[in-house]
Amino acid sequence: MSGARLGRVLALAAASSLVLAACAGGGGGGTGGGDSTTVKIGFMGDLTGENSAIVIPPYNGAKMAIDEYNAKNPKNKIELIKYDSQGKPDQATSLITKAVGTDKIVALIGPAFSGESKAIGGTLEENKIPSVSPSATNPGLAKNGWTYWHRVVANDDDQGPGIADFLIKAKAPKKAFVLSDDQEYSVGIAEAVTKTLKDKGVAVETDKFAKDASDYSSTVTKVKSANPDMIFFGGYYAQGGRLLKQLRDGGVTATFASGDGSLDQQLVSGAGAAAAEGAVVGCPCNIPSADVTGTLKTFFDNYKKSANADPAIYATEGYDAATAFIKAVEAGNTTSDAINNFLKTVSFEGVSKPIKFKANGEPENNDIFVYQVKGGVLKLLGPSASAKLEG
Amino acid sequence: MLDDFLNQFLPSTVGGLVIGSIYALVALGYTMVYGVLRLINFAHSEIFMIGTFASLVTLTAIAPSAPVTGFALIGMLLLLMLVSAAASSGAAVVLETVAYRPLRKKGATRLAALISAIGASLFLQELFALVVIPWLTGKPGRNQASAPRYVARDTLFKIGNADVRLDHVIVVIAAVLVMITLDRVVNKTRIGRGIRATAQDPEAAVLMGVSIDNVVRVTFLLGGAMAGVAGSLYIMEIENTSYFIGFVLGIKAFTAAVLGGIGNLRGALMGGVVLGLIENWGAIFLGSEWKDVIAFTVLVIVLMFRPTGILGESLQKARA
Repeated sequence: MSGARLGRVLALAAASSLVLAACAGGGGGGTGGGDSTTVKIGFMGDLTGENSAIVIPPYNGAKMAIDEYNAKNPKNKIELIKYDSQGKPDQATSLITKAVGTDKIVALIGPAFSGESKAIGGTLEENKIPSVSPSATNPGLAKNGWTYWHRVVANDDDQGPGIADFLIKAKAPKKAFVLSDDQEYSVGIAEAVTKTLKDKGVAVETDKFAKDASDYSSTVTKVKSANPDMIFFGGYYAQGGRLLKQLRDGGVTATFASGDGSLDQQLVSGAGAAAAEGAVVGCPCNIPSADVTGTLKTFFDNYKKSANADPAIYATEGYDAATAFIKAVEAGNTTSDAINNFLKTVSFEGVSKPIKFKANGEPENNDIFVYQVKGGVLKLLGPSASAKLEG
Repeated sequence: MLDDFLNQFLPSTVGGLVIGSIYALVALGYTMVYGVLRLINFAHSEIFMIGTFASLVTLTAIAPSAPVTGFALIGMLLLLMLVSAAASSGAAVVLETVAYRPLRKKGATRLAALISAIGASLFLQELFALVVIPWLTGKPGRNQASAPRYVARDTLFKIGNADVRLDHVIVVIAAVLVMITLDRVVNKTRIGRGIRATAQDPEAAVLMGVSIDNVVRVTFLLGGAMAGVAGSLYIMEIENTSYFIGFVLGIKAFTAAVLGGIGNLRGALMGGVVLGLIENWGAIFLGSEWKDVIAFTVLVIVLMFRPTGILGESLQKARA
């Protein structure tokens, strides 16, 4: 089934590139041979698989940026080609060969996930194709010595300390309880938070449970007997919701905080609106909610119009990743190498955050954004440096 | 360490009794089917899952805006348990007719029936994830589904530093009442005698005029009803479910059945409660991530010294 789908995508991509080639040729003839070209940029990620909910928003964001740019009728138009990797490293590997060999893309937005980014990073480097990922957060990606790889999102090593620092500043806790399930992501972020809290002199107790657990009575008992000022949960929203409900039912009133894995409305629906109220969630992603102002508000409205949905996770980062390339093309860079050189110096005010890359491809600005449940809805409070908890 | 233990012992005991009661109800289904057919019905965990969804859907339709009290609460509990028991026992009977009866009629090996059970388990999970749950809840089938609250989390009394809440009391009392009823049915009624006779010696039971098909159907029906009640209580206590909910709970309940002595009704009850308590007590010292390890270590140790479980097999040994 995925083979057939892949076939369709490839056929579509091939057909559309033929049509566009024809258009470009015709246009060139009509205007008497100006040097205008169409620059092909790929977008790779899980567009139809089980995690597509976190890849479609950045795709929509990127498409929106490029559509806005093309609507200005610039000299060098940009064509966005999608590559549906399903988030699978093996599919990404075969797709990138086609993207580089047949489609001749000059730059790539993505891949969305860390696994596929790791799998094709070497190929991109060999073929000198610059890439900007909107959402791959594995810290190891920046340590490969790649010079064509970039991302616009803070990595997992930044997230735990970022959230912990924010909580210390906002709540001044004396004692914290750090909980997690036994998955790699959950344990990693819980340990990072624990370490930062301990380094700053906060007493920390911990407990873990299986990833499929649904009865947390022993954990609730432990938390209650420790009586902490604050609880941090490392893990995903479904379990976070169940856990938070049982903690509140057990009479635990301490502030509940979590990381990007729990940033989903299902955290609230799982816990119940009353139990979830006031819960704090940190994320390297910047998701505007309906009450934002300024450029984020403009983005919110435009995104709603073009994608027919509220901006979701990594939508602003997708927009910013595309904008980095647009700036390069606007400045007259149409080859991979020229674009990559431009990225080394690019610096602009993105929608999610100010965008500027370090030499290893990491974003200069590694802000963590803070959200809080208010009236049953996750609300953006802003970057952790300036966000203020309400209540 | 000792301080932790003293602080957490009583609350852990309450939590262990509550989850243990739910294990025990589900374990009854495993144990009854095993007693009669010598079959481990791996799809029983999905029968439990169906029970949770029956209560969830009914509860969502009623949509109580606040927790109910008094007679309304008793009525609501009975209604939800009946709906879940009906859905689960219906599903269990269909499961038996479709997945096990044809194999039994053809005299297939026990191994074939076991594979059929595992297949039925996966089939039901995916059927719910892909078709039934989207249809019932209008949301993606692999999402967690949440039920509204209808039992208040009021503390009724305290034992030492342990809060005993209304929902805790309801789970334990309901489980005990249902199990007493089941015990009566198996030990005092005509069909119960048929079940015990078949468990003891199927061939002799047939010669004595017991209809095996009937007995097997009723066994699945009763086991399914127990799982349905467990599902209903689970929704009341945990208020969340998913297509995958039966997997871990099913393994725990099966463990409870083996621990108590598979084929033994009172053993299942005892196994469930013992398992719930040991898990929670062990978690005090080692952390909650060790719950499963503790549970299975205890199982292995008990089986080393008593291969037939704590109480041993007895459905077939009980006097007819």
